[in-house]
Amino acid sequence: MGIEQASQAIADRRWLTEVGTSDAALRQVLHGLPGVDQVGAEARAASLATRSIKRDAKLWALDTAIRMIDLTTLEGADTPGKVRAMCAKALRPDPGDPGVPPVAAVCVYPDLVSVARAELAGSSVAIASVATAFPSGRASLAVKLADVSDATAAGADEVDMVIDRGAFLAGHYGQVYEEVRAVREACGRAYLKVILETGELATLDNVARASWLAMLAGADFIKTSTGKVSPAATLPVGLVMLGAVRDYARATGRQVGVKVAGGIRTAKDAIRYLVLVRETAGPQWLTPGLFRIGASSLLNDLLMQRSKQLTGHYAGPDYFTLD
Amino acid sequence: MPDRGGASRPAAAQPARLAVRKTYKLFIGGAFPRSESGRSYPVTGAGGTLLAHAARASRKDARDAVTAARAAVGKWSAATAYNRGQVLYRVAELLEGRAAQFREASVSAEGHPAAAARREVAAAIDRWVWYAGWPDKVAQVAGSANPVAGPYFNFSVPEPTGVVAIVAPPRPSLLGLVSVLAPVIATGNTAVVVASEAHPLPAVTLAEVLATSDVPGGVVNILTGFAAELAPVLAGHMDVNAIDLTGVPAADRGELERLAAGNVKRVLAAEDDWAAPPGLHRMLAFLETKTVWHPVGI
Amino acid sequence: MAGKRGQRGGAAAPQAGEVAAQPAGGATGRTASAGAAWEYAPAPESREIVSISAEYGLFIDGDFGPAADGRQFPTINPATEEPLAQVALAGEADTGRAVTAARRAYERVWGSMPGAERAKYLYRIARILQERAREFAVLESIDNGKPIRESRDVDVPLAAAHFFYHAGWADKLEFAGLGPGSRADRAAAADGAGEPGPAGARGADGRAVPRPLGVAGQVIPWNFPLLMAAWKLAPALAAGNTCVLKPAETTPLTALLLAEVCQQADLPPGVVNVLTGAGGTGAALVGHPGVDKVAFTGSTEVGKEISRAVAGTGKRLTLELGGKAANVVFDDAPVDQAVEGIVNGIFFNQGHVCCAGSRLLVQESVADIVTERLRDRLAVLRLGDPLDKNTDIGAINSREQLDKITALSAAGEAEGAQRWSPPCPLPERGYWFPPTVFTGVSQSYRIAREEIFGPVLSVLTFRTPEEAVTKANNTPYGLSARVWTEKGSRILWMAQRLRAGVVWANTYNRFDPASPFGGYRESGFGREGGRHGLAAYLDA
Repeated sequence: MGIEQASQAIADRRWLTEVGTSDAALRQVLHGLPGVDQVGAEARAASLATRSIKRDAKLWALDTAIRMIDLTTLEGADTPGKVRAMCAKALRPDPGDPGVPPVAAVCVYPDLVSVARAELAGSSVAIASVATAFPSGRASLAVKLADVSDATAAGADEVDMVIDRGAFLAGHYGQVYEEVRAVREACGRAYLKVILETGELATLDNVARASWLAMLAGADFIKTSTGKVSPAATLPVGLVMLGAVRDYARATGRQVGVKVAGGIRTAKDAIRYLVLVRETAGPQWLTPGLFRIGASSLLNDLLMQRSKQLTGHYAGPDYFTLD
Repeated sequence: MPDRGGASRPAAAQPARLAVRKTYKLFIGGAFPRSESGRSYPVTGAGGTLLAHAARASRKDARDAVTAARAAVGKWSAATAYNRGQVLYRVAELLEGRAAQFREASVSAEGHPAAAARREVAAAIDRWVWYAGWPDKVAQVAGSANPVAGPYFNFSVPEPTGVVAIVAPPRPSLLGLVSVLAPVIATGNTAVVVASEAHPLPAVTLAEVLATSDVPGGVVNILTGFAAELAPVLAGHMDVNAIDLTGVPAADRGELERLAAGNVKRVLAAEDDWAAPPGLHRMLAFLETKTVWHPVGI
Repeated sequence: MAGKRGQRGGAAAPQAGEVAAQPAGGATGRTASAGAAWEYAPAPESREIVSISAEYGLFIDGDFGPAADGRQFPTINPATEEPLAQVALAGEADTGRAVTAARRAYERVWGSMPGAERAKYLYRIARILQERAREFAVLESIDNGKPIRESRDVDVPLAAAHFFYHAGWADKLEFAGLGPGSRADRAAAADGAGEPGPAGARGADGRAVPRPLGVAGQVIPWNFPLLMAAWKLAPALAAGNTCVLKPAETTPLTALLLAEVCQQADLPPGVVNVLTGAGGTGAALVGHPGVDKVAFTGSTEVGKEISRAVAGTGKRLTLELGGKAANVVFDDAPVDQAVEGIVNGIFFNQGHVCCAGSRLLVQESVADIVTERLRDRLAVLRLGDPLDKNTDIGAINSREQLDKITALSAAGEAEGAQRWSPPCPLPERGYWFPPTVFTGVSQSYRIAREEIFGPVLSVLTFRTPEEAVTKANNTPYGLSARVWTEKGSRILWMAQRLRAGVVWANTYNRFDPASPFGGYRESGFGREGGRHGLAAYLDA
C-alpha cells in the first residue's frame, strides 16, 4: 500500500485491533510507507545546512538551542558529585550571565535520579532517566520494566528507553511494538522518549519505519541515539525523523517530539538542526516540548557563540565552567 | 669522520656554510619511518661520491607498506574520479615547483648532462599531468553498455583491483617511476613501490611531494632497498592484488610470477619505451571489469 | 494518553494533540520577533569582492577594446533594475576582426600545438576560475539575478570542472573512440612517425589523432552565463579549435571576466575572443564565412533561424534548444525526495532552465497527496535578494522574460487551470515572479505545451506507465525527463521509452562535465560533455 492508504489506516486505528499487531500486520504498514531515497535525503539535508543564520536570528537560535538541551552524563564512572555539578550547570549554564536560560532537562542513569532530584527540586529543569537496559537493550522485558520503575519511583519526569534493535532487524516488529507499549504504560505520568539507535538501523528506510513503529506504540518523543554508537545523530537521519513526526501528526492529530543525541558538539551543528526542524516539521516544533538536543560539551560552545554575538569578541573555553 | 667509498679525493676547501644533509627514509602510510631493521645502504653519485644512506627496507617494512596500502584502498577508490584527477593535478603542480631540485639531482647523482636532465624532468611532469586527466575518462573508454538479447539493461564498469606492488625501472629514475606509478593510482588503486635500487633518491623526493599534496596517506608507499630482497616478499604477499614487474630483469621474472600465482595476482611485465606516449595498457592492467544486469519492465 | 504528563517541564510539556505553545523569546526580549516563526535575518554576500567597471570593451585577439563604431549597450541588475555598466556592442567589422584573429591563431598557434600543451592552458584556466570563484559567483548573481547559493555552489564549480575535464581530453583525443576522421588519416599515412606531436600525427598506441574543425562561432544564452561559456569553450579548445564567443545581451559580464582569466593564463591572443552584443551580433557571427563550426544554445525559434542561415554552407552545427520536460512521479515514489525533485526541477534558477521539469505528471492515485506536500514545500521557499545567502529563488532575468511568463500564466488561468502560489511578498523594484503551480492542466493547454522558462509548474495526471510515456513524449521537444519510482526495472523501462536526451531517475538537474547533455527533436542535436561531446568539435 502507498502512503495514502497507510496514512488512512493509521488514522483509523481500528486496524490495530482488526488486523492485530503481529509482525506481518506491522510489516504491511511499515514496509508500505514510501521509500526514502538516500542520496536525495542527504542532498536536502546538505542544502539546508548551507542556510546562513545571522544576528537576531542567530541569537534566538542559540538561546533556543540552550533551552532544548538535555544535559547528559551517562558514564560508568558517574558519581553523585558529578551529577550534582552537572545539575548546577543545567540550572545556571553561565554564572556570569543570568540572562542565559536553563536547559530543558538533565539525563542520567536511573540510580542517580534521586541525586538530580535533590538538586533540581522546584526548578523548571526536568529529570530524564535512561532505562530498559540502556544502551544495548539486551535484557528480558521484566528487567527492562523494573529499570523503568526504578527511574520513575526515584522521581524521573522523562524516560529515555531503547528499542530492541536485534528484534527490529530480525523483523519482529510485534515484539518491538509491545515493548514500547509496555514501557509507555510503566512510565505513568512521565514522558517517554524512544531511542531508535539509528546508527545500528543503518538505512534511512529503517529509520522511517522505526519512527512510525515507536509513534504507533505511544512514544512522546522519538530519539536518534544512545550516544554510545557511531554514527549517532546525523542531519539526514534528523530529516527523516522530522518528516515522520510531521506526517504522523497529519495522519493522527498527535504531535510527537524529536530528540537528536550524540555527536552534536558545536553551536553550528545545533543551529543546523534547528533549521532542519523549521523547514521540515515546521516552526511549531521549535520548542523544547517537541525538540530536544542530547549533549554535554555542546552547551559551552553555545555559550561561547552567544557571548560572541552579544559582545562582538570571540571567547575562549576558560571563560566557561566545566562541570 | 672516516673516509668512505671510492677513490681518494683532493682536499676540498672548507665551505663558507656547512650544508644540512637530508636523511632519506621510507614513505609508508603518509609518514617517513626508518627501516624497522635499522639497515641502510650507501647511495653513490656520478663521481663515486657518497650521496646519502638510503633506508634498506626489510620484509617487515614491506608488510607494513602493504597494510597501509590496503587501509587506504577504500577511501581512495571511493573518491570521485574528479577528485582523484584534482589530487593528481595538484601533485603535478608541486612537482613543477620542485623541478629544479629534481634536475640538479639528475645531474649530480646520475651524471646526466643538464639538457637531458631538463628533458627527463619535464617529461616526467607532463606524464603526470597526462595521467591526472584520466580518472574521469577511464570509465568512458573502458566501460560500456552491452546490448544483450533480452529485456535487461547490462553495463560494464572498470573498477580498481586494489593494492598494486610495483618494482620501478632502475632507470630513468624519475620518468620511469612516474610512468609506472601514476597509472596505478589514477585508476583508484593504491601502490607499494620498490624504488630504483641504484638511484632511489628521486623516489624519496617524490614521496615528499606526495606527502605535501592532497594524496591521502597510504595511497602511495615507497620502499628503498634491494629489489632482490623485496620483490619476492611482495610477489608472494597474499594481500597484494597485482604486481608490476617492469623493473625486474627478465631472467628473474619467472620465479616472481610463480610466487604471484599463490593468490592469482594480476601480473604486468611490460617493456616500455619511456619516451613514447603511454597508451592504455598500464591502466587497464589494474582494472577489473564489473558487469551488471537489471531487468527492464514496468 | 491524556493526563499522563509529568509535573515538571513547564513550557516543555504540551498536552497530547494540542498545538505546542509558541516558544518564548529570550529573556532580553530583543529576539521576540525572531522567535515567533524564527525569521532568518538577512545574510548578504558582500559585493566588495567584485569591481564592476563603468565600461566594457570587446575581447579580440587578446585585448579589450571598444567596438569599431563605438556603440554600446547597458547591462542591468535584474533584482534592482540598477544599471551596472555600458558594454561594447559588436558590429560587422568587429565580428570580422574577431573571426580573422581566431583564424590566424588557429593556423599559426593553436591548431598545431601539441595536445599536452593545450591541456596545460586549460588546466590554468580551471585553476584560476577556482581561485577567483567567489568573485565570479557574486558577479553572476548581480548580472543574472540567480541566488548566490546557486552561483556559488553550482554554476562556478561546474564551470571550473568543465575546464578540468576537457583539459584532460586535449592530449587523449585518439582514445575518444570517435575515429581518426578523414583529414587525420591522410596526415598520419603521410607522416608515419611514431612520435607524440601535433594533432594529426599518430598518438599513443599508434592511433591517429582526430583533427579539429577550425574556428568555432558560439552563441550562448542568459540563464547560465558562465557555465554556458565553459560548456562551449572547454571542449572546443581541448579539441584544438579557436573560438569566437557571443554571450547573451543581458548577461555579458562573467564572459568578459572569463576573458580576463584567459589573459591571466597567458592564452595566446586570438584563441578565445568575446563579442558582446545583441541578436544582430550573433547573426553576423553565425553567418560569417570564416567560421567553420557553429554552436548555439537558446530558444528553439532562434535555433531554427540559425539552421536556415547555415544551410548549404558546409558549416558544422550543434544546437541545444528549448524543452518542456516531463517529471513523472509514480505511486511508489520516495515522496519527500520526489517533492524536493519537483521543486528543484522547476524552481531552481527561477525555472530558467532548458531542461526544467515544467510538467509534473503524477500518478492519479497519489496526485492529492503529492500536490499537498508540494504546497507545503513551496511555502518554505525564500524569494528575494539574490545576494542573500538564504535566498532560494532570485529575480527573473529581464523585463521581456517577465512579461512572457506573466502572459503565459494568464493564458493558463484563462484556459481553466487552477492557479496557486505560496504567500510571497515581492520586492518593489526588480523583476520578480512567485513560484506558481497550475493544477487541473490538460495536454492541450498552452502552459502544457509552450516553454515558459519561468517558475511555473503545470500538474497533469496519468493512470498507467504507458500513459505516462505517451504524455511525456507528446511534445515536439525532447531535452530531458525525470522519473520517480522505487522500482529499478520501471526506471529502466521508462528510460528506454522516454524520447529525451537526458533522463534523471530519482534525482533532478544533475550536471557533470563527464555526462553528455543534449536533446532529441526540436530540443536540438549534438551533445555537450563526456566523450560524446567532443564529436562536435572534431573532424571525426
